[in-house]
Amino acid sequence: MVMPLNNEHELHGRRRSRNVGLGLVLVGFVALVFALTVVKVRQGDSLEAFDHQPRVSILPRDEAAEAPAAQAPAAVEPATEEAQQ
Amino acid sequence: MSDIHTYEGAPEAEFRDYVALLKPRVMSLVVFTAFVGLWIAPQPIHPFLAFCAVLFIALGGGASGALNMWYDADIDAVMRRTQGRPIPSGRVSGAEALGLGIALSGLSVMMLGLAANWFAAGFLAFTIFFYAVVYTIWLKRWTPQNIVIGGAAGAFPPMIGWACATGGVSLESLLMFALIFFWTPPHFWALALFMKEDYHKAGVPMLTVTHGRAATRRHIFAYTLVLAPFAIWLGLTPVGGPLYMAVAVVLNALFIHGGWRILRRSEDQAQADGYGAERRFFKLSLYYTFLHFLALLVQHGMGTW
Repeated sequence: MVMPLNNEHELHGRRRSRNVGLGLVLVGFVALVFALTVVKVRQGDSLEAFDHQPRVSILPRDEAAEAPAAQAPAAVEPATEEAQQ
Repeated sequence: MSDIHTYEGAPEAEFRDYVALLKPRVMSLVVFTAFVGLWIAPQPIHPFLAFCAVLFIALGGGASGALNMWYDADIDAVMRRTQGRPIPSGRVSGAEALGLGIALSGLSVMMLGLAANWFAAGFLAFTIFFYAVVYTIWLKRWTPQNIVIGGAAGAFPPMIGWACATGGVSLESLLMFALIFFWTPPHFWALALFMKEDYHKAGVPMLTVTHGRAATRRHIFAYTLVLAPFAIWLGLTPVGGPLYMAVAVVLNALFIHGGWRILRRSEDQAQADGYGAERRFFKLSLYYTFLHFLALLVQHGMGTW
């Protein structure tokens, strides 16, 4: 019996099903993480994390120290930051 | 001579065999209850984040299903209902299932933490541990109360959903837990009464075998009595309302009535009518959870108390 070499075994169909399936899952995961990022950024939560140097903007809020500054305009804040250092 | 039939004995897995490892039918219940828990919670959550949270809770449930299939492959090979599963049928190796289960567990927990919050992620990790290790590995083959313990694992998803939105646990989420927790034993024991699978041969202690079928009937009725107050109590919390109350009262009356009928029957009577009452009770139990959670969802849309 002569069998052409390009004849496809049933095994190849099974492999293709795995490859295509996993490919779709990975593409879907990438899309999901991207969409998740867009939603998280648009919600406007703090995106800053520790960057090997303490910054006032990510330190826990000190309510007592902030109380007098609360009524002051926002523009004053950089000055208070310098005063603390 | 070269052998062109080398692969015939061990068919390679298709993609759907890996999907089957995640127990998609169990997953559908997890998806529904987790979604309801998340959606009816008092804190609103962005719809896409809700979608992601439910997806990763379901994936975590699927991962624990794969771990369960890895550990229980010996039992599955003995029982007729489960012989066609990917591992007993030889399409997927046990090691592959273990790897998939562990990888998806880690992925789902991390992604849930990033999408929702880390309390919910920790809760999901605990649920996977509870189902795969506490239930499957430690207790399933050791005690006829295995169904009760497995029920706890199945009852966590609405609590995780609630935790995704609120970041914690509250009375409502505990009562949703109780609703599934006390529902599971009568649901499965009714099935055990008429399915008569050879759990004994597989080495799994089932109440019907260890304590007899009459004791199983008493247990079913007792659980329907315990379940009802929790279902009604959930209706009195802020997530309840008139519609949920009406649904809960009717369904629990039917459930207790069904449990009572099962209790009053002898095994001979049951055999005479082909386990009709037990089958009807099992079917009712499927509607029971679905309609309770659907009622919570609709009640939320209509406005609660």
